[in-house]
Amino acid sequence: MSKTLPPVDVVLVGGGWTGTLIGKELAAAGQRVVVLERGEPRWTSPNFQAPGVRDELKYGRRDELHQNTATETYTFRNRADETALPMRRWQFASPGNHLGGAGVHWSGVLYRWDPVEFKLRSHYTKRYGAKIFSDDITAQDWPLTYDELESYYDRFDRLVGASGYAGNLKGVLQPGGNPFEPWRSNPYPNPPMKVPYASALFGEAALKLGYHPYVQPSALSTRPYVNSEGLQMNGCVYCGFCSNFGCEQFAKASPQVCVLPAALKLPTFELRTNSHVLRVNLDRERKRATGVTYVDAAGVETFQPAEIVFLCAFAINNTRLLLLSGIGKPYDPSTGEGVVGRNYTHQTTSTVSLFFDEETKLNPFMAAGAAAVTMDDFCTDNFDHGPHGFVGGGYVQIQVVSGAPIGNRAVPPGTPVWGSAWKKAVKRYYNHSMPITITGSNLPVRGGYLSLDPTYTDAWGQPLLRITYDLPDNDIKLSAFLTDKGTEIGKAMRGVTLAVGNPRKKPYASTSYQSTHINGGAAIGNDPKTSVTNRFGQCWDVPNVFVAGSALFPQNSCFNPTGTIG
Amino acid sequence: MEAAVGRLIPADENGPGAKEAGVAAFIDLQLASAWGNGDHFYSRGPFVQGTPQQGYQLAFTPAQMFRIGIAGLDQAARQAKGAAFADLEPERQDALLADAEHGKLDFGALPSGVFFGALLDATMEGFFSDPIHGGNQDKVGWKLVGFPGVHASYANDIERHNVAWTRPPASIADAAES
Repeated sequence: MSKTLPPVDVVLVGGGWTGTLIGKELAAAGQRVVVLERGEPRWTSPNFQAPGVRDELKYGRRDELHQNTATETYTFRNRADETALPMRRWQFASPGNHLGGAGVHWSGVLYRWDPVEFKLRSHYTKRYGAKIFSDDITAQDWPLTYDELESYYDRFDRLVGASGYAGNLKGVLQPGGNPFEPWRSNPYPNPPMKVPYASALFGEAALKLGYHPYVQPSALSTRPYVNSEGLQMNGCVYCGFCSNFGCEQFAKASPQVCVLPAALKLPTFELRTNSHVLRVNLDRERKRATGVTYVDAAGVETFQPAEIVFLCAFAINNTRLLLLSGIGKPYDPSTGEGVVGRNYTHQTTSTVSLFFDEETKLNPFMAAGAAAVTMDDFCTDNFDHGPHGFVGGGYVQIQVVSGAPIGNRAVPPGTPVWGSAWKKAVKRYYNHSMPITITGSNLPVRGGYLSLDPTYTDAWGQPLLRITYDLPDNDIKLSAFLTDKGTEIGKAMRGVTLAVGNPRKKPYASTSYQSTHINGGAAIGNDPKTSVTNRFGQCWDVPNVFVAGSALFPQNSCFNPTGTIG
Repeated sequence: MEAAVGRLIPADENGPGAKEAGVAAFIDLQLASAWGNGDHFYSRGPFVQGTPQQGYQLAFTPAQMFRIGIAGLDQAARQAKGAAFADLEPERQDALLADAEHGKLDFGALPSGVFFGALLDATMEGFFSDPIHGGNQDKVGWKLVGFPGVHASYANDIERHNVAWTRPPASIADAAES
């Protein structure tokens, strides 16, 4: 059974950051807009209210806000000569679901990308010669520059109530700020976050070693703030139930807090939840989209005609929709031809496990997703890559996210994992351990790509998205270098008795959480031979279909994606 | 189940263990939940064993896995020691659990090491989750490590560095009543 609805001007797939923001802008410009969200409508009140929301089992372990793998997951293999198998439960990332998407359960870390990231290949080639990139790397420049994007970063700061201390105002370095910060036209609207003890100890050691630590910018408002849409945010209370949770406090920026109440007041803006989009419909010549087909809350297949379609689903799910709809030529790694699915990336993360003496009481439960002291000394091109033989970089920090004890209770390596010896160690170290986290850039490789799986299907009978990927040697070298630097800082910290680096190693595994920043498959570019969309996110082959979000990234920065997506 | 989780986190000089915390009841409730019956678990075939990087590829839901694993552990106890697992000396229980951990027991289609991993995960969840889920009774898990539970706000405390937190822990039910 199916039905056809009256046409609209614009239909947007997904009710996260990009779908709600673009939808609101277009509705305000007079377009009749429909946002289709596959998940349920969940709001700060009543859904994310304390004390019920402070439930680590429900949100941290049972994936309450994550895409349900029972209905839709990804398949995975390292190489094209292996058979991909489904990720039967999430381990490598936490894709978002429900209204607001990953913009609800994120940590609120808010970075701008460095200008170098947008000209990655040409910049490094110019500085170090073309051989700095090995042959298997398919990194490429963006068709945009940082200077062109700055005013959008600035607008997003005021939308999300950004907190931080400006390091570079219109090219003038600010005393006490991050000297590596890209220039910004305005200060942050809110002051920086408070600093947990472990982060302060990290900053003290980093400074002593000659680095430039600073308080990480965030989209957690640090005081009562009315955003650029006239919507009220409150100050973060550092409750420690942040990453993986909805924020009870109206402090962590989300589409529900920062966009939707304004959008829903517009008569031309409509939000439909429990609406799972199956595909974009094309006309007979396959040059123009006629709308989208979705399954509504009652399970009825529904055609929503529209003049323009925006793909604003979670990250790489947009690449899947392109493949399911037959938009653009799928990438073939054996010939290097085709574009859809090319340039998949993730994030090259690693840690240094730190253990402290009993005099150092860290109180890890006084926490917030983005509460960190961090440093950019080893990001992008802030150091000389010449002696190291890799490109890219990463930030090194202590971010005190949570002390919830199912997931946060490190014991030294070699401790038994159960029994009285484990119990003694967990009691000893719970308040005296903390990781340094290292977030590195990630480069795309020729053999790494996204495609439709030939065997496994979702709950609606459509092929799952298949990820084929292994890390390039470049990023393994990068991780070893950064993790060594992090270990040196850890050893220099007051109170530390043991520092153990855990660099990222091959093979790339679906069993290890790396980050939720999974990107690519619909690269933005100037050349239809190497990109899916033009500089406006508009598909070369079907010009009334636009792609938003991190599927557009030709490669991944060390810096978290949401600022750039916004 | 109670005997097994009681060895994974034993009562000792550092306080009550998983048995006293109600972890067995917690696991029962979890296995009867949507999660225990396969919500958030991709259960479509074909089921093929892959590389370690491809992760868990068995068809068992958590509830199915525990039914087989607990029966298998008991069967192994009867075969090797002539008594039910729960009736063995703690040292013998530990030896059997270690055998399961290292995949040395035969549970048929279910590798014993996979079951042990699931049992240990569920035990930790039951010991450290909010008591509304049936485990962590009297907040013994939180008291062991010093986790305050769902305290409302640390805005005034987070920058008072290196100060011990001494207030007793609060659960979701405590906070809902206050």
